[in-house]
Amino acid sequence: MSNTDATVDERIKETSKLRKALIRPELGAIVGTVAVFAFFIIFAGDSGMFNAQGVLNWSTVSAQFMIIAVGACMLMIAGEFDLSVGSMIGFAGMSIAIISVTLGWPIWVAILLTFALCIAIGALNGIIVVRTGLPSFIVTLAFLFILRGFTIFFPQLIERRTIIGGISEAAEGDWLAPLFGGKVGGGFFIWLGDLGVIEVFSRGTRAGQPVVDGIPMLIIWALGLVAIAHIILTRTQFGNWVFAAGGDAQAARYVGVPVDRVKIQMFMFTAFCACVFATCQVIEFGSAGADRGLLKEFEAIIAVVIGGALLTGGYGSVIGAALGALIFGVVQQGLFFAGVESSLFRVFLGVILLFAVILNTYIRRIITGER
Amino acid sequence: MTTEPIIEMRNIEKHFGPVIALNGVSFDIRPGECHCLLGDNGAGKSTFIKTMAGVHKPTGGEILFGGQAMHFDSPRDAMEAGIATVYQDLAMIPLMSVTRNFWMGREPVRKVGPFKFLDFKTANDVTMSEMRKMGINLRSPQQAVGTLSGGERQTVAIARAVHFGAKVLILDEPTSALGVRQTANVLSTIDRVRKTGIGIVFITHNVRHAMAVGDRFTVLNRGKTLGTAARGEITPEALQDLMAGGQEMAALEGSLGGTV
Repeated sequence: MSNTDATVDERIKETSKLRKALIRPELGAIVGTVAVFAFFIIFAGDSGMFNAQGVLNWSTVSAQFMIIAVGACMLMIAGEFDLSVGSMIGFAGMSIAIISVTLGWPIWVAILLTFALCIAIGALNGIIVVRTGLPSFIVTLAFLFILRGFTIFFPQLIERRTIIGGISEAAEGDWLAPLFGGKVGGGFFIWLGDLGVIEVFSRGTRAGQPVVDGIPMLIIWALGLVAIAHIILTRTQFGNWVFAAGGDAQAARYVGVPVDRVKIQMFMFTAFCACVFATCQVIEFGSAGADRGLLKEFEAIIAVVIGGALLTGGYGSVIGAALGALIFGVVQQGLFFAGVESSLFRVFLGVILLFAVILNTYIRRIITGER
Repeated sequence: MTTEPIIEMRNIEKHFGPVIALNGVSFDIRPGECHCLLGDNGAGKSTFIKTMAGVHKPTGGEILFGGQAMHFDSPRDAMEAGIATVYQDLAMIPLMSVTRNFWMGREPVRKVGPFKFLDFKTANDVTMSEMRKMGINLRSPQQAVGTLSGGERQTVAIARAVHFGAKVLILDEPTSALGVRQTANVLSTIDRVRKTGIGIVFITHNVRHAMAVGDRFTVLNRGKTLGTAARGEITPEALQDLMAGGQEMAALEGSLGGTV
């Protein structure tokens, strides 16, 4: 039994530290992030993209992508998709508007009820996928249409229009709404403004105040969700189950991993993320529209894939997905700053998606030693 | 061998609708022995071990575990009683590290305040030392299982079962997809594990692999046990004949010019 000196196989080449460091899911996203920043610093460096307002601008857009990408990332690693994210965003926003404005209930009740409703729909998605064994692609595609349909139907039925406003008034003085629509660090920015680090308004009613009056809660939510999801995924038992469920559900079941439960919980988490996005959005805009969140499911999936996750599940990184979202935000807003036609953003999305998938396939081959 | 069997299966029958998959199979396994279950494709080997592992409930017959009648309602029950099964291809997740695979479902946790985190240090150390005991020196416990050879993967699965206290280890055709060298490695792992007092059920249709490590041999054919023989009581040729049904094989081998 004391065979402790088994020899190292001489045919295995020593792998270099560099190569080891490169073989990680986030590689593509890190390279992409550096490239994108370098590009815009060169071509849009003097356009105001990198002053306080500019940074806040693309950070906010990136944070929106990040919130839904985190959910999509965890779910994809668990081996499933959710195509109903975009419709869920529209549905959740409309639900908050109808409950708070049309029914006149306090907005905190509207927010909590909406969260409960969305998470329940997420669970339903998951239960149907797990019970029927159908691909989540099909099940959530059905919910993409079902939820969008309701999102257009209900406001028309009740209010005879597809946009419901008046949410800002409803949110006035509410205790829960600032958690989604508020800003933090106002004092810090006033201090920076006084120091002259960032610009201050020179005229108008806000003369003397800094141009950036705080960090939107949206960004705090994004960073918080990324941090928590990353720790859960890489450092906890549950995280290991998420990888296992997506890597090989049958093998995981054999060793007692509750695969079905894990998958359903990931569907619920994705719905939660969509709901956070929707709540921040309706409180910021003060209205809910039936077309909100269109195509968001695909943007989330693309951010996740750029972040190094495999479409087949079992492999990926939340940090990578967050960087994927950052690339999105920076490019979408950067094209505007650089004065480039914004429709080219779609072209960019398609191209970078292709590159990301090719790179991921290559990395996976190295990891699994396939030849 | 005078020791009591860990598990005794008596006259196990299993019907799937009109199909009689098992028609009275008896089998027992004692501590520290390697009991080979041989049979050609379709003989009922898989159905039989799945019954033992709690996947199927027998239609008839008794299962005695440590002398007591036992009913396993799920693979989980069987696992908890100490019956571990290593399936040929479904045991490991290639994209995950050896450590993550080894501990999958039973991860060690460390408490930090109200939160529980994976204890990677313990997990990695135990994985490395268990693998060393099996004669495999890993480059790193973080290397993906996909980089291991087929034999090494079997060994990880076996080491995992042993570490988590298996009393009976069922190996479902562990050598059928392996090369010569890797087969030898797995067979020597079986020998190591047997010496720790664990009973091993070794399913194979390769007589030579069975003869290399087996203490007893049971042959299944068409859902029935044709008999059990101890080591030295039977020749490889006789085993081969039992498995394939004699006459026909002899004729085939004659035309091929050698033993298959």
